[in-house]
Formats: sequence, structure tokens, C-alpha cells
Amino acid sequence: MEHPNTLKKHIFGFLWSLILTFAALLITLRTNLPLGWKVTIIVTLAFFQLIIQLLYFMHLTEGDSKWIQVVNIVYGLFVAIVTVAGSIWIMLYNTMTH
Amino acid sequence: MANPSQVDTSKPLEYQSEDGKLKILGIWAFLGAEIVLFATLFATYLSLHGQTAGGPTSQDLFEVKEFMIETILLLTSSFTCGLAVMEMRKGSKKGYLCWMLVTLLLGLGFLVMEINEFATYVSEGAGLSRSAFLSAFFALVGTHGAHVTLGIGWVLLVLYQVYKQGFTPVTARKAFITGLYWHFLDVVWIFIFTAVYLLGMVS
Repeated sequence: MEHPNTLKKHIFGFLWSLILTFAALLITLRTNLPLGWKVTIIVTLAFFQLIIQLLYFMHLTEGDSKWIQVVNIVYGLFVAIVTVAGSIWIMLYNTMTH
Repeated sequence: MANPSQVDTSKPLEYQSEDGKLKILGIWAFLGAEIVLFATLFATYLSLHGQTAGGPTSQDLFEVKEFMIETILLLTSSFTCGLAVMEMRKGSKKGYLCWMLVTLLLGLGFLVMEINEFATYVSEGAGLSRSAFLSAFFALVGTHGAHVTLGIGWVLLVLYQVYKQGFTPVTARKAFITGLYWHFLDVVWIFIFTAVYLLGMVS
């Protein structure tokens, strides 16, 4: 399980997380894209960062129960996305209730 | 239960006992639940972001330099925490302890900046009870800060055990699990950085 390229993998993960962080900052503050585009892009970048952390730093896909771990986290994320997107939809966009 | 004297050297120390494997699976179940916990706080915050009750808005309060430094501190601490676990797998107690101390210092730096940020907001009259926006803000970011505080205490206790006992299947498992928890704190912060601070600057 010990890969000789582990250090490289960590440095690679760290550099990517820095690049994605600054890309999100620049897109938000230094471009004139419409708000909807900015939101879509930076949320996508955040999810890329999540994947980097899970795979490069957290060893999500190792151990005998790796598939249980993966399904558990994916299911957690599914519930999270439904909760957040559903709340925003109902609270901010469902004008029928006002 | 596998015989504890049997050593399967093809696996890292923390996975060698049945107990260790189960507890690592357990922390993943816990992190799945934590994702959902934070999702409810994010949902509350994003729904109430515009409800400022005539008080300060996110654009009035947030400082780019401040939250960028906080982000870089936590990102770097996640990286050094990863290096610590890598050193542990090489069997280097000294390497693990050193990188973990760096991780803790970065975490502490983050925490000091966050407390400072909260104190500044409160002194500007932007406290927990000023508006729905600020209640949701402090609930979300404060819950994350409480997790970092707990994480620092937890890691310190594990460091002490590793320092005293060296790496055994038990201490290696504890070190690995605290590592996963620490990376998770960074994951949550990435979403706070994006959904609270960056979006707060433009809307």
C-alpha cells in the first residue's frame, strides 16, 4: 500500500488546491461574468477541491471497506446537495408562498 | 477477530487489526453524518443571507485579505497533516510529530484569526443577534471553528500518546483517524470560503 510516489502525490494535491482557491478568488473578484456563471464556476471548483482532498490526502479508496466508504460519502453528499439546493429553491425562489 | 500477533505487513499499521479497520470505517460514517450536519447550516445561511434587517451586509463585513490568509493557513495545514500520516507509514515517529506540530500551529493561527474576525464584527455592532444573516453566519462559521478547536485538543492528546508509546496498531489508528478529521475540517472550510466569503463579496 505504500507508494513510492506518495510525496509527489501530496505536493500535487496541495498545488492543485492552491491553484483552485486562487482561481475561484480571481473569477469572483476580477471578472465581469454574470453572477450565475460565477456561482456555477466557483461551486464546481469547490467540488474539485473536495475530490482532491478525498483522494490525495484522505485515502478514501483504501482499506478492505473502501466501497462502503465511497458509497457512504457519496450518499452524504447527495443528502447535503438536496438539503442545500432544496432549501434555496423553496426559501428564495418559491414566491407562491409569500 | 484476527490474531493480534499476526502481522500483515502488506497493510499499514492502522489497518492490521480488525478493530482498527472497523474504527476507520466508523470515522467515515461519522464524516458522512458531519457532511449532512454542515449541509443544514449551509442551507440556513444561504436562505437567510439577504435578511440583514437594515444591518451590515456580507459585503460591508468581509475582508478579502483576512479570509484568504485563513484559507491558506487551513489548506497548508491539511497538506502538512497528509505529510505527517505519510511519515507515520514510513515508521518515522519524529517525522510524524514534527509535521503534526506544524499542522497544529497552522490550525492555531487560523483559529486566532477567526476569533479576531468575530471580535471585530461584534465590536462593529455586527453580533449574533443583529440580524438573521448574522445569526446564520455565526452558527455556520462558528460550528466550523468549534470543530477546529476540538480538533486541536484531540490531535494534542494523540500526539502525546504517540510520543509516549510510539506507533502500535492502536496509536497508528488514532493518528490516522485524527488525520482524516483534520482533512475534513479543511473540506468544510473550502465550502465556507466559496459559499460564504466569495459569494458574500459579490451578492
